[in-house]
Amino acid sequence: MIPRRSLGLVLAVIFAAGTARSESIDDAEAGAEVFEQCSGCHQIGQGARDAIGPHLNGIFGRGAGAHEGFAYSASMRRAGVDGLVWDLTRLDAYIANPRALVSKTRMSFGGVKDPQERADLLAYLRRFSDNPSNIPEAAPTARGTDHSVAPEILALQGDPEYGEYLSSECVSCHQADGSASGIPSITQWPEDDFVVAMHAYKAKLRTHPLMQMMAGRLSNEEIAALAAYFGALE
Amino acid sequence: MTLNRRMFMGAGVAAAAALSAPAVLADGHGKPRVVVIGGGAGGATVARYIAKDSKGAIDVTLIEPSRSYFTCFFSNLYIAGFTELEDIAHTYGTLAAEYGINVVHDWAIDVDRAGKSVTLAGGAQLGYDKLILSPGIDFVEDAVPGWSVAAQNAMPHAYKAGSQSELLKAQVMAMPEGGTFALVAPPNPYRCPPGPYERVSMVAHVLKQINPTAKILVIDPKDKFSKQGLFEDGWQSHYTGMIERIGPDFGGTNVSVNPEEMTIDIDGMVEKVDVCNVIPAQKAGRIADIAGVTDGNWVPVNAADLSSKVDPDVHVLGDAAAQGDMPKSGFAANSQAKVCAMAVRGALTGSRVFPAKFTNTCWSLIDTDDGVKVGATYEATSEKIAKVDGFISQTGEDAATRKATYEESIGWYAGITADMFG
Repeated sequence: MIPRRSLGLVLAVIFAAGTARSESIDDAEAGAEVFEQCSGCHQIGQGARDAIGPHLNGIFGRGAGAHEGFAYSASMRRAGVDGLVWDLTRLDAYIANPRALVSKTRMSFGGVKDPQERADLLAYLRRFSDNPSNIPEAAPTARGTDHSVAPEILALQGDPEYGEYLSSECVSCHQADGSASGIPSITQWPEDDFVVAMHAYKAKLRTHPLMQMMAGRLSNEEIAALAAYFGALE
Repeated sequence: MTLNRRMFMGAGVAAAAALSAPAVLADGHGKPRVVVIGGGAGGATVARYIAKDSKGAIDVTLIEPSRSYFTCFFSNLYIAGFTELEDIAHTYGTLAAEYGINVVHDWAIDVDRAGKSVTLAGGAQLGYDKLILSPGIDFVEDAVPGWSVAAQNAMPHAYKAGSQSELLKAQVMAMPEGGTFALVAPPNPYRCPPGPYERVSMVAHVLKQINPTAKILVIDPKDKFSKQGLFEDGWQSHYTGMIERIGPDFGGTNVSVNPEEMTIDIDGMVEKVDVCNVIPAQKAGRIADIAGVTDGNWVPVNAADLSSKVDPDVHVLGDAAAQGDMPKSGFAANSQAKVCAMAVRGALTGSRVFPAKFTNTCWSLIDTDDGVKVGATYEATSEKIAKVDGFISQTGEDAATRKATYEESIGWYAGITADMFG
């Protein structure tokens, strides 16, 4: 096994060249240590059971909120119905910032910000999935990709008047008074959560095709304007 | 910015009006006046948005003959019993009481564009600075030989919801065992492209339960239709052998009917049927023709503000407009209304005008918990409203996805009707 530090160096070079990698995903031993942040709530390995969080055996390829017997949040179940399946990219994004993918997830965890630590953790998790051969080793992994929304984008001050006009598109479906039946409420969200969620649709990390389309044509400023408007809507 | 609607729509109206200094185009008669003809997805929305966002600075009159408006969207679901008729009925009280809109239940019978006034059937004349027409559709005369509005009791169209929907439902329920339901589909363009095929699905849903040996015959002048793969797939799996579609290759373009005999002549072959749902070719609601803004069956409009190509002070929304790529749907009319409201407000009060953005999504129900959808986004170009991006449900989706799509459509119904009627 290549020492971790030099692997990082090799990777940096590969990423700089923009090529897809084909080696295995990272250092599972190091990932076992990272998993200590998770093990308070999640069990994994032989005899693992659901605890505060669901057990994570076979997490790769599992649909979000699909593990029977666990009481997921409505938000997580909805993500599953919308088509969220835990592949490498989406697990990576979720671990980086859970709310990017599932706004009201019960997993109250700030996220693992270091891409290398996430890659190691994913290498560890995949040891406990039944069909590791199904994991697309050759596909570009999430490692080295920053899924979090850049601070300068989060810092944008939205123009609420523009947001009010743009919001008229949203309220054809999402009710302005915040009531939700079949379509979630989008009022009074913390602005950062709103921005992060919209960028996750834009990046097609979130799976709902209609929302991917709607977010896909919004600029950073327009997303900020909507976040400002809906965040303040009574 | 004031975010509490009730606050500024209630006691705040006078103060807000005084502060916002309307000035631009009042033409020597006080506040600028907007007259909206038609209280559906386009008209109700545009009236509400202009009244709401101008905060009392613009006088808005909405002319709509019906006191109780039945949405065409979801009226197919009523036929199948998934919703009640009263659940798709809406009134205009909130628009009048909370938004200060002058709601007039009357027919507009004339438009004097030179003198900028509208005449009502009751005799009143209303002056306007901006006129917005959202009249929906009327039927092209003799589109289906033998059929006319006089025959709509024998052969309902049920393409304007309400009593026609009730009639069609009653006829379906009363069909003899093993009888035939025929639907004559319209040529393009027409209101709600998936509508006739959702109709067929909903009728099949009823018949499968109460009259499983009945047949459904669809006579269609079009080669292909909206969501065709999804509908045909659904018909195959839910209603195997029940639905037969006769396209243009087999005489679908050469159809006449005899409402007295309850027969259909399809390219010389005469069929006796038990229920005949005739959805004729369509054109803009008649007031558009009277106003002199139509070119052929529809009204050409500019994409950026939905203004008529022949009169910048007349705007046309929804089904009646020839705007480019958007389908004729309630969602589209609602979307166009918001762009139009912003543009009209900008012209009359100098408020900010932002780039036009349009969206459409059409949900259809094939059977219980089997919903599908198609949608797209659009932008204004110098020529037309042009499609930007789109998506459609996939054949072979799992049951949970289809159920979620149906539930989403129920959420959308609540959302859009709140957006129209307040």
